[in-house]
Amino acid sequence: MRLRLSDEDATFRAELREFFTTKVPQQIRDTVAARRHLTREQLVESQRILNAAGLAVPHWPVEWGGRGWTELQRHIWHEEMQRACVPPPLAFNASMVGPVIATFGSQAQKERFLPATANLDIWWSQGFSEPDAGSDLASLRTTAVRDGDEFVVNGQKTWTTLGQYGDWIFCLVRTDPDAPKKQQGISFLLIDMTSPGLEVRPIQLIDGGREVNEVWFTNVRVPVENLVGELNHGWDYAKFLLGNERVGVAPVGASKRVLADAKDWARSVDLLGDPLVATRFVELENELLALELTALRVAANSADGKPDPASSVLKLRGTQLQQDVSELAMDLAGPDAAASFAGDRSEAPEWARMSTPVYLNLRKASIYGGSNEIQRQIIAKTILGL
Amino acid sequence: MDFTYDAEPVALRDAVRALLGKTYGDYENRRRIVAAEPGFDEDVWRRLAEMGVLGLPFDEADGGSGAGPVEVAVVAQELGRVLAPEPFVSAVVEAGGLVAAVGTAAQRAEVLGSLSAGERVLTLAHAEPGSRWVAPAAAVVATGQGDRWVLSGTKEPVVHGARADQLVVSAALPDGGTGLFLVDGSAAGLRREGYPLVDGGRAARVTFDGTPAQPLGEAVDRTAEIERVLAAARVISANEALGTMDVALDTTVGYLKSRKQFGVTLNHFQALTFRAADMYVSLETARSLVAWASMVLAEDPDQVVDAADRAGLKVARAGRHIGQEAIQLHGGIGMTAEYSIGAYTAHLTTLEQLHGNGHRHASALAATVADHGEVDPLA
Repeated sequence: MRLRLSDEDATFRAELREFFTTKVPQQIRDTVAARRHLTREQLVESQRILNAAGLAVPHWPVEWGGRGWTELQRHIWHEEMQRACVPPPLAFNASMVGPVIATFGSQAQKERFLPATANLDIWWSQGFSEPDAGSDLASLRTTAVRDGDEFVVNGQKTWTTLGQYGDWIFCLVRTDPDAPKKQQGISFLLIDMTSPGLEVRPIQLIDGGREVNEVWFTNVRVPVENLVGELNHGWDYAKFLLGNERVGVAPVGASKRVLADAKDWARSVDLLGDPLVATRFVELENELLALELTALRVAANSADGKPDPASSVLKLRGTQLQQDVSELAMDLAGPDAAASFAGDRSEAPEWARMSTPVYLNLRKASIYGGSNEIQRQIIAKTILGL
Repeated sequence: MDFTYDAEPVALRDAVRALLGKTYGDYENRRRIVAAEPGFDEDVWRRLAEMGVLGLPFDEADGGSGAGPVEVAVVAQELGRVLAPEPFVSAVVEAGGLVAAVGTAAQRAEVLGSLSAGERVLTLAHAEPGSRWVAPAAAVVATGQGDRWVLSGTKEPVVHGARADQLVVSAALPDGGTGLFLVDGSAAGLRREGYPLVDGGRAARVTFDGTPAQPLGEAVDRTAEIERVLAAARVISANEALGTMDVALDTTVGYLKSRKQFGVTLNHFQALTFRAADMYVSLETARSLVAWASMVLAEDPDQVVDAADRAGLKVARAGRHIGQEAIQLHGGIGMTAEYSIGAYTAHLTTLEQLHGNGHRHASALAATVADHGEVDPLA
């Protein structure tokens, strides 16, 4: 057991901190600190700065921009980025489709997609969930039927986050409706979102924002070369992707930063000395510390690249705490929290105005990435053997 | 940063687990032992001494084995796993820890030597009626000078206070501050009324009435040393609680897989398995924080008070959660003394009461929460 970072890792951390706080434009970092939505341009600019410095896809194979870091270094990278208010590389690209293509894709697919994916020249959307396939993802019904050198895709995806910005969408589609198990007839397909017959329709959310979309497919023709891996093996790739997704989905660093900011907010409304408020800070700070240390522990255990089932703990607890922190911020704001849409001329401070939309928006965190009930199911079955 | 144990603590863990398993692997046997005086197995205590366990944290020059807090923590986890009632934390970590911190060379050699050899059971008499885990003493007062001192007043609860051969006693000094003294079990004017604790442990009300006492080191203010040792004991007892929670969850999971109702085993009911999953989350996040606090104790002892409060708070919350749910998921059988799970919950409860409950730790941390932005465990 060793408490301290090695000299090498401490230097690594200091260099990343220096980079993130000096090379990423202040205006982007201020937007993150204020908990406002980033524009497409801001996200692209930020990711390209990271990619140019080799910091966008460090966990990919070295050949495609990976850095061969230890799990601990990857953890430090992820935490420092959040700490500095730098938006992490777009998850759909860096954490989801990139590793799938790098692991299961053809050489041609790797060459065509991976550099552009790392640099956010292609903005990927995720086409997994459907109206009748949420937690029960394998019951998806969007079909892809082979017709010569093409698949013809019909159906509907939903909850497509930032789909309005998407260039391409990676989709799970049913290619064998007669497979004995529903998991066996699914394939993983890459689809150009400018294809005829593909339509993106916005879904307005409870925070007033437009973050997710429906994506409709009507006889969309997709070249067979855009099939990833083997036909009807898409479920394996999806499980691989979802396992990766859970690791990054616990934003401990961001929750810590917001909680630290919330101390200033509490001070500004003269509530930090209130014992009831102080106790909530203490409990949240301690739970976040326990979770951060757990993330470090899990990182050390997933050396073979496979997600530790304990990553479900990170997802479950990480999203609970993220929600709890947002709830505390809203409570601190008091009646100013109601002035969400008052605009910048309001006398209510921005953090207070943002607090309600953020609180409402983050209700999604315990639903996406495998709902927290699915995570409990994984813990109960896979870890506890129940 | 590295959370894995080196080979030595792993070997120690295996050896201690094997030794304790022989006596306490059978829960019925544990019940028999705690039902009789002195409430633990003197033979197990001797064997722990032979294994070097009772002298783990002490210098070799003082008769110890010169190991560190990580090894001590590993032993505590094993004791917690089987609810071994031997007074390891009170004797080795608390009383022994204070002797090591402030005792003279002669006191260290004599007291720690015989403690390490299993010849003498030590305890710390510090808690006072109505006191709430504070470092200063008030109800026991020391008077005297030079080497001639006497103590008067009451300490309670004193863990294994009736059985202890020697007590390390905190007492208010005539000129202010809290001093530390050694008192023999056979000293004049010493009254000890022992009683069982709810988890099968033992404590005593210890009354001093002009009782002769020998200053541990010099009779000067030792409040800071007491605070540090109480914090160290908090970290080690958190490790003990971790072992207890670990087995409480295992036992509960085993029960859910075997107990049948409505014609199926209980693990068919998601209302129950989801609660077990939440217990696992509590356990694993507690494990991480306790491991961190143990490393702080080993490598950065100046920060141990804060780390102990944090580990203590987490374990208090996790202990309540796991302890309560363990009984609930068992149903009626969990209420019986015959079955082990209730004793696990009772032990978690007792550990909190002896070393500080969640309210205490949260309150201590609330006093400093405005002093920093983030807590950085990698700093």
